[in-house]
Amino acid sequence: MAADDREVLTMTNPVGTNPVGTNPVGTNPAPAQPAVVMRDVGKAFAARRILDDFALTIARGEFVALLGRSGSGKTTLLRILAELDTVDEGTVLAPRNRSVVFQEPRLVPSERVWRNVLLVLPRRESTLARAQEALAEVNLADHARAWPHTLSGGEAQRVALARALVHRPDLLLLDEPFAALDALTRLRPQALVHELWHRHRPAVLLVTHDVDEALRLADRVVVLTDGKVGLDLRVDLPRPSEGTGSRFDDLRSQLLAELGVARPASPA
Amino acid sequence: MTVQDSRCAPGELGRGSPAAEPAALAAPLDLTDLSRRRNAPGRRAGLRRIRWLLRGLVPAALLIAWQWSTSAGLVPPTTLASPKSVLEAARDLIADGELQTALRVSAGRALTGLVIGAGIGVAAGLVAGLWKLGEELVDSTLQMLRTVPFIALIPLFVVWFGIGDTPKIVLIAVACIFPVYLNTFAGVRGVDRRLIEVGRVFGLSRTRMITRLVLPNALPSVLVGIRYAMGISLLALVAAEQINASSGLGALVMNASNQIRTDIVIVGVVVYALLGLLVDLIVRLLERLLLPWRPTIVKS
Repeated sequence: MAADDREVLTMTNPVGTNPVGTNPVGTNPAPAQPAVVMRDVGKAFAARRILDDFALTIARGEFVALLGRSGSGKTTLLRILAELDTVDEGTVLAPRNRSVVFQEPRLVPSERVWRNVLLVLPRRESTLARAQEALAEVNLADHARAWPHTLSGGEAQRVALARALVHRPDLLLLDEPFAALDALTRLRPQALVHELWHRHRPAVLLVTHDVDEALRLADRVVVLTDGKVGLDLRVDLPRPSEGTGSRFDDLRSQLLAELGVARPASPA
Repeated sequence: MTVQDSRCAPGELGRGSPAAEPAALAAPLDLTDLSRRRNAPGRRAGLRRIRWLLRGLVPAALLIAWQWSTSAGLVPPTTLASPKSVLEAARDLIADGELQTALRVSAGRALTGLVIGAGIGVAAGLVAGLWKLGEELVDSTLQMLRTVPFIALIPLFVVWFGIGDTPKIVLIAVACIFPVYLNTFAGVRGVDRRLIEVGRVFGLSRTRMITRLVLPNALPSVLVGIRYAMGISLLALVAAEQINASSGLGALVMNASNQIRTDIVIVGVVVYALLGLLVDLIVRLLERLLLPWRPTIVKS
């Protein structure tokens, strides 16, 4: 893996005219405007090729869910876009202004909730009011002065969401953010993510192993298979989707088939 | 609303037909009663009620045995003074201010040495923990020096610094460096990598990364080091004061020892122990003040 053919570029504000932080819904620019461009991307760990000649484009304001079997490299892909991992080859373009919500909340234990939310912002913008505004969006305004360890798993994850959105990112990376929550607790933050995405319109890449979650939230569901895009489905359902109906079931079976989970009972 | 686990397609969890099961269900089932233990009354609860009494029993017995053996003349006062005479000696020493002066001098030495040693330890730990170059320069050297038992340095320090306060303070400082250094280094290096990733994702500068993520989360470990160092500073104090001390607790004890006044010696020992207790109290207070975000501290 020569360093020469490795190229990671960072793009600020692809439009060039739109000041960062204001991207009002409705005045969305041409939908084809890409927020993420990945071309010919290769990535290997030891002898295992995780990404092989991989290509993916995410438009501005588009919500993409990424599915894949465990170990398929979903998280690696997200970490590349977060600049936590490098690629071996290929081109990766992503907005400079981006955020991540990890599988675990990863709050700073030594700082109160409101300080955690402001971690991203420069000091002059770090005010309690700003933090409270962001916390109100995730319905946690009255927890501003709490210590992270006093929060429940779901609350902590919502704080992480507030932290990720406080600087109005152009790209929001979600790495199985609800995986640690039980199926019932998951429903509300899912709705919340959809609502916040609708309000701020960042491009979103949601890594998940939950087919229903992907279908409920995303514009597009991409399945990562053997280092390539195995399936790229546009979700033409009203959203937030109820998770029922024949079209939903149809998409669901297609995805399950691509993931290698056959719908009918497997032969014994 | 239906909640379905999409990872598992319906029908995959082979739900066997009822007809296939009777053989397994026919065998008798050995049920054990778990409710009984939870409600078990009596013995334990009773023990808990008189716990303090029980804990005090052995020390009280020892004290009585001590008083009895000394007052009955089984043990001569030159070997071991009776509790009563120890108390009297303490009263006398406090009355003429001798104990207070000695305590002030000794505590001053221990504290000065501790502050210097802990300061050096924290600084070295940060340099080695935060910078690779610092680690190369500092760590191996300190690890090497750590193997020297600090008490072995006393004769050298006497030659270098004479017999005043200086050699004692230097000895205490040297002894305190290592526990603080080791724990600071481990604390800095032990900060959760996942937190550091958060810092990188959000583009924090190195300075902010250190001040907001690394240092606060290394602090518990640093305090553990300081706690160790406080104990060691007392140890070093005792060792240093038993040689050539003209003032302080050590001098008081050594003089008494030369005059075979075991009552005063024991007073000295007890005061050293009380100092140890005090030190522990101070650390707990520090932890409470500096680590309000730790779960254990909030609960207590």
